Amino acid sequence: MVSSSESAIQEALKEYKYGFTTNIEQDIIPKGLNEDVIRLISTIKKEPEFMLDWRLRAYRHWTTMQEPKWPHLKYPPVDYQEISYYAAPKKDEDRPASLDEVDPEILATYEKLGIPIEEQKVLAGVAVDAVFDSVSVATTFKDKLSELGIIFCSFSEAVTNHPDLIKKYLGSVVPYTDNYFAALNSAVFSDGSFVFVPEGVRCPMELSTYFRINAANTGQFERTLIVAEKGAYVSYLEGCTAPMRDENQLHAAVVELVALDDAKIKYSTVQNWYPGDKDGKGGIYNFVTKRGKCAGRRSKISWTQVETGSAVTWKYPSCVLLGDDSVGEFYSVALTNNYQQADTGTKMIHIGKNTKSTIISKGISAGFGQNSYRGLVKIQKNAQNARNYTQCDSMLMGDKCGAHTFPYIEVKNNTAKVEHEATTSKIGEDQIFYCQQRGMSEEDAVGMIVNGFCKEVFRELPMEFAVEAQKLLSISLEGSVG
Amino acid sequence: MNQSIAPIEQYTAAFEQFEKQTAGKEPDWLHQIRKEAFAYLQETGFPNSRMEEWRHTNLSPLLQQSFQLCRDDRHDVAADEILPFLVENLDAHQLVFINGRLDPKLSDLHGLPEGVRVESIASLLQTDAARLEPYLACQGSFEGSIFAALNTAFMQDGAYIYIPKGAAVDKPIHFLYYSAPNGEHLASHPRSVIVAGQSSQAVIIESYAGRCGEEYFTNAVTEVALGPNASIEQCKLQRDSDKAYHMTVLQAHLDRDSRYKHHSIILGGGFVRNDIHSILDAEGIHCTLNGLSMADGNRHIDNHTWIRHAKPNCESHELYKGILDDKSSGVFKGQIYVAKDAQKTDAKQANQTLLLSDEAEMNSMPQLEIYADDVKCTHGATTGQLDDDAIFYLQSRGVNQKAARSLLTYAFANEIVHQIGCEPIRGQLDRLLHERLPMA
Repeated sequence: MVSSSESAIQEALKEYKYGFTTNIEQDIIPKGLNEDVIRLISTIKKEPEFMLDWRLRAYRHWTTMQEPKWPHLKYPPVDYQEISYYAAPKKDEDRPASLDEVDPEILATYEKLGIPIEEQKVLAGVAVDAVFDSVSVATTFKDKLSELGIIFCSFSEAVTNHPDLIKKYLGSVVPYTDNYFAALNSAVFSDGSFVFVPEGVRCPMELSTYFRINAANTGQFERTLIVAEKGAYVSYLEGCTAPMRDENQLHAAVVELVALDDAKIKYSTVQNWYPGDKDGKGGIYNFVTKRGKCAGRRSKISWTQVETGSAVTWKYPSCVLLGDDSVGEFYSVALTNNYQQADTGTKMIHIGKNTKSTIISKGISAGFGQNSYRGLVKIQKNAQNARNYTQCDSMLMGDKCGAHTFPYIEVKNNTAKVEHEATTSKIGEDQIFYCQQRGMSEEDAVGMIVNGFCKEVFRELPMEFAVEAQKLLSISLEGSVG
Repeated sequence: MNQSIAPIEQYTAAFEQFEKQTAGKEPDWLHQIRKEAFAYLQETGFPNSRMEEWRHTNLSPLLQQSFQLCRDDRHDVAADEILPFLVENLDAHQLVFINGRLDPKLSDLHGLPEGVRVESIASLLQTDAARLEPYLACQGSFEGSIFAALNTAFMQDGAYIYIPKGAAVDKPIHFLYYSAPNGEHLASHPRSVIVAGQSSQAVIIESYAGRCGEEYFTNAVTEVALGPNASIEQCKLQRDSDKAYHMTVLQAHLDRDSRYKHHSIILGGGFVRNDIHSILDAEGIHCTLNGLSMADGNRHIDNHTWIRHAKPNCESHELYKGILDDKSSGVFKGQIYVAKDAQKTDAKQANQTLLLSDEAEMNSMPQLEIYADDVKCTHGATTGQLDDDAIFYLQSRGVNQKAARSLLTYAFANEIVHQIGCEPIRGQLDRLLHERLPMA
């Protein structure tokens, strides 16, 4: 499975693979959070009045809220006044129109990350809207998409160019009152992506954004909004890497998806932010609110995530199944090694008739990692013939880690069929032995078994992502056996 | 009803009065425990539905009522009134408590094997309180359970069962808590203590019942301690009136190689909450927790269980089933906790609920919290209605729809009933199920 050259590379990358920083001057506003900071962010971004109002309302609501304490996570308290809420690459004024104009140093960073923008453009047909810290610096294939009427741009551009759409959909799935981190994000979000696929259009390529947290002490607050109109289809990829840092960096993103009648949205994530070192020092705090609304009949939203990074993950990509016959899916692999902690899962809210949801969650715990699945399946009173199937499997490696399952199943309609199954077990010693007997190293054997364990989820990922995800798992598990 | 007074304050006055009554009549250690428990109650207050353990059970209907402690042991319950609540065809050692106090005339303790003690806690406190001291309120502290604290503060009587080392009790031991408040708003806080010595064996039946249509509050705590290699089968039959408030906390502490089987059969009560804490504190233990809840009308049944695997090589099996009709609602929360050292744990948990009406609702929260790697732990939860294909199959064989539904519901419930080892209880439950499902 793993060639010798690959092993050599993996050996070299025992430390965090993407741990380097880029020296680009950045606009950073002073640390701290108050209404003036929010006004400043809004002014820098030249936002219309309605955005500032919305941010301020969110901020005022946030000040009345408490940080949630219920997750199965332990981390030192975050001082929200010690964070700078905005960082943008210096050359904000003359935004590049094509790749040639992009700062070569940024391009070099992507090269190091192994993101072949050039190659992807030609071979894979992926349009990349790369977010470098907070402002989009490169957008490709925009022209081709715009021929079809698809809008794929940075959130800031959308606020300027498509204020009606933003007004209509912003906060319609995740209102700023939703939770502590969503309120914070709504107040200070820097940038993100906006996708709008008009009626009947099938987006011809996978849309992709690579996020990258760069400046030290800058929390990154993206906001993504994807709207698929009647009969539209879009597949969106999100992948993340971050440079090595010793201080915890806060990340609180919000993703909103809206699917109208017969629309389908597929959202895939590979999250590989810096997880902290072997002793649990440093690493990203990832507090994300992701939610999709199947507003229309027969609409479908599918979440697939591979979570291998971050020191602390708090993330529940959810589906509100409002339209009759709508479908929600959640496929997840979460891996915690060393001192990583993950509290992740999903919510499936069945409101419409004949709604269906599937949850497949695979948790892998190694080292001192703590991995929790927390999920809600709620069948509302009028959700006739709702159907849910949930499967949560956990694998433990070593006797110092933990795997936990906290499902909530609330059924208010007797025509619903809801099933939940969970298992927790150790990685099979027989299987490892069998592989070793065939000449594989123990580490390779573990990598192969884990990849097999996660197959059901990897199958849902787009091709390129699936390959990357498998490699990522093997790298993340290094040093966890023996 | 006294809605203007906050519940805690209401109890404060009651506790002062209670202290006056019991002053000098009780050993100091007990008085001390009561005071601590009440202080805990005052400090913590009653939970609200924003708290995780109470998110689906709103206590306000209970807290809005004011219930009085029963002042004396006078009552108008005749022997034939409680007869339906004693297990038919069962020859048992029997204690009967009316409104929380022992009635010796209704009890039957002849022929107890030597060394086995089955008696009332109230009388034991008068005659031989030192016997109780090592066991009473020591199994589980009341901390974390406000109703256990309330019971500790106000308990007056209950069953004390002691089975000495090596003894096998010939007949089942049955204790019945029967409420007949005659229109008064009575609260009883029965306390049961079950101590099974090394290698002892017994079948214990714990019944709760009440006069039809009466409104009362039963807040029971049962403490169980199993010695090494002890084998106990315990069956709880709850057939309270449809208006009763029933809260119980069971705390079981299990020692090496012991076998503990607990069946919780909930057929009555308007507002029911059961907490079961089972601690597997040594190696080689087998623990089974089974439950069957049947509810109709507006009734609410909430079961919480905790199984704590503290040591390696133990097995636990848990199956909780619910049958909910009309506008009834059910809650199940089951936690399996596997501590860091508890390798080779084998834990299985399942919760299955049948919703028979459009308006019934179920909230299920099976949980696994696992800190050891070499374990086999699974849980499953299903909620749904009767299988249409199965009904159709029966109809095609000439069984009418109503009978088919009854039959399938009966079969669903029977999975719990047939696991009960004691035949007369199985027979009794079978008859009760047939009463509720007439065509089955």
